[in-house]
Amino acid sequence: MIPITKTPKCYVGGSFIRSESGRVYEMRGSSGEFLANIPLCSRKDLRNAVEAAAKGGAGWAKRTPYNRAQILYRIAEMIESRAAEMSAWVPGKEVRATIDRIVHFAGWADKYEQVLGSVNPVASPHFNFTVTEPMGIVGILAPEDNPLLALMTLILPAITSGNSVVALASKNAPYPAILLGEMLAVSDLPGGVINLLTGDRAEILPTFATHEHIRALAGIATREEAVALQQGASESVKRVKLLAPDTDWYSARFESPYGIRDFVEAKTVWHPVGS
Amino acid sequence: MTRPALRRLLDEIGPVDATGIEERVAKYTTRSIKKQSKVFGLKLAVTMVDLTTLEGKDTPGKVASLCRKALCPHPGDDIPRVAAVCVYPSMVKHAARHVKGSGVRIASVATAFPSGQAPLKTRLAEVRQAVADGADEIDMVINRGAFLAGELGLVQDEIAAVVEACGESTLKVILETSELETYDHIRAASFLAMRVLRPGDFIKTSTGKTSGNATLGNNQVMLDAIRDHFLDTGTEIAMKPAGGIKSAKQALQFLVAVKETLGDAWLNNTRYRFGASSLLNDLLRQLETQRSGAYQAPYTFSDDSSGY
Repeated sequence: MIPITKTPKCYVGGSFIRSESGRVYEMRGSSGEFLANIPLCSRKDLRNAVEAAAKGGAGWAKRTPYNRAQILYRIAEMIESRAAEMSAWVPGKEVRATIDRIVHFAGWADKYEQVLGSVNPVASPHFNFTVTEPMGIVGILAPEDNPLLALMTLILPAITSGNSVVALASKNAPYPAILLGEMLAVSDLPGGVINLLTGDRAEILPTFATHEHIRALAGIATREEAVALQQGASESVKRVKLLAPDTDWYSARFESPYGIRDFVEAKTVWHPVGS
Repeated sequence: MTRPALRRLLDEIGPVDATGIEERVAKYTTRSIKKQSKVFGLKLAVTMVDLTTLEGKDTPGKVASLCRKALCPHPGDDIPRVAAVCVYPSMVKHAARHVKGSGVRIASVATAFPSGQAPLKTRLAEVRQAVADGADEIDMVINRGAFLAGELGLVQDEIAAVVEACGESTLKVILETSELETYDHIRAASFLAMRVLRPGDFIKTSTGKTSGNATLGNNQVMLDAIRDHFLDTGTEIAMKPAGGIKSAKQALQFLVAVKETLGDAWLNNTRYRFGASSLLNDLLRQLETQRSGAYQAPYTFSDDSSGY
């Protein structure tokens, strides 16, 4: 029997794509043996992913919070059923923590509004309330370590409220993101809500910073990268939430609605009180 | 089954090598157009747009908004105006209030667009009314039913009658390629039209109202027909692909086809147009990306009337 090896592809817009550039880089095992060719995505791939995110995001934001909760829970189910396969690439502990975190945010999907929104006291005959709305497209820059847990920890707060994301996965450990894409494809999550790219950070990072359609950035950055991201973000007026490279991804601080608040806009409505 | 009249015409003008056409147009999409050439092509494409709104819900207000977009597609000194606005006949007089004398022309579809299924007398009256209201250009549809039934003489006579009804206005003949079914038919219909058209009149691919739209393939068949007709008679016929051209990238590929088939003489808006609405904003978006170096969000660009 000739072994059939898999061609890893990126999950963008609900399809599995190669880089438009046709480039790949080699992924190697712990003893240096060749494992697979991983797409080396270009800035044009990022642009295409943003288009896909815009297309998929509009419908996702319109879903009821209850339905978003169901779908997030379904993602956890899909990872659970292939946990053994995923555990070949990351520790079992990380897979379990990721599933827990997805279920945690599935729970928040129809509840965060009660925490983040408010009814405001005003000195006139009006109801005055503040509700949250998703920002749009969020760019995610995942760290090299914890390639599954960190990636999902960055993605979840953004998508729970109805944003769509374009994420750049870990370069040295891209395979969990490739597998994650395959699981998302069967999870009822609409195509384009989560878009996963693999490739070289230094090459794509400036485009993450300057792309006008990306409304916010989340992830890990070194001091120099942070400067570049902040500068580009100031040009295109986007929100930037960066974490330190030594972040503990298992920390319970990630399990709170305040991560969701980082990627919503507040809308305040005045409504006249009837007599 | 090919009808005798059609058979005779095809014998005369020669058939189309469908495989050859497909292979040739596939090559157009591989050209790499960057930097200054790209900016040149994008700006040229802007000047070639017939900014179109053809919907039952068109109102004078929507047409006014379309006209403003045509006159000033995007703030900035170096963005040119589009070639024309394209509206239904009842909207011509409303468009005229905004663009008459500005250099942006008024095109009106007529002849019972998009089906063409009305008595000739009615269709001609529609053309005359649109011209009287101020249409500089008339987009007519051919009688596809008659064409497919083999009554080529009838199709040609009707086109000739519309040419006469147009007076000074430019005529664009819509072949509705998706309903003609084969490249041979498209070539035949092109020749039928071109033989009664005046220099500077157009042949046009589609109404945009059917599932099939302008493709590089049918565009190429028609460009080849224009070239062959020009070499035979010296008459310069213009070309307008319409429908389905939504991205700047596609527009550049169509321009490559024009450049490589008909040459520079056809690379201006008296000889080549794009019938489109959403294309314009993508062209502007790419021009702004080239200028600023950052990819742009679509909402940076004002919507024409299609947005509401």
